Amino acid sequence: MALIISSSLYDQLRRHGEESYPHECCGVLQGEFDEVGGKAVKAVVPCGNTRTDSPANRYRISPSELLRIQREALLAGHDIVGFYHSHPDHPAQWSATDLAEAHWTGCSYVITSVESGHATLTNAFLLEGAEETKSYVDEVLEVTA
Amino acid sequence: MSIKILIPTPLRPYAGKQSIIEVNAQTVGEALNDLTAQHPDLRKHLYSEDGKLRSFVNIYLNDEDIRYLSKDATPVKETDTIAIVPSVAGGR
Repeated sequence: MALIISSSLYDQLRRHGEESYPHECCGVLQGEFDEVGGKAVKAVVPCGNTRTDSPANRYRISPSELLRIQREALLAGHDIVGFYHSHPDHPAQWSATDLAEAHWTGCSYVITSVESGHATLTNAFLLEGAEETKSYVDEVLEVTA
Repeated sequence: MSIKILIPTPLRPYAGKQSIIEVNAQTVGEALNDLTAQHPDLRKHLYSEDGKLRSFVNIYLNDEDIRYLSKDATPVKETDTIAIVPSVAGGR
């Protein structure tokens, strides 16, 4: 299974990471699920990072902003298929905090490493399992023209 | 009265794959009870073993978090929509 995203949307979420450096950026991926669990991103929605107490190594999307995006997705015939955030000067790999605070099973969590203000690696992880047994698995991130 | 509950992506597998479910209720608490009566598998995903709403589950009545209203006792109207919004957070 893969997360499919156009190069322009891929660039948009990576640019958000660069613009937010040295803080973490965050946002929502709207799109569509296919019948076998793959996902296609149709829109990237940047969000504010409400963890103003520690924005360099934490992020949080306001639930009210998330609700608005959820409603907009439904109106557009889309779903929330995932989320993205950046790791300033840190690998594009999920952390213990990323897993502990992830609750959207079946969705993708995309992480971009931003080194000295420049986006380097971007990886996708699929959140699986119930709350007590959840885990991330590596997901193919397919960037299309 | 009948009101709508918006089901987020991760909970749809436990709610008959539906994104919106209609329930009969006078309060938010009754609405959630009717929801979990219709779809019992949802209960463990919304509530911890002590019966409390899980800390990462946000419940909105229209645009307001019910924590800042009257929580479960918040009255609902026919035109209201309840939304379940699991939190999104993390960091390196």
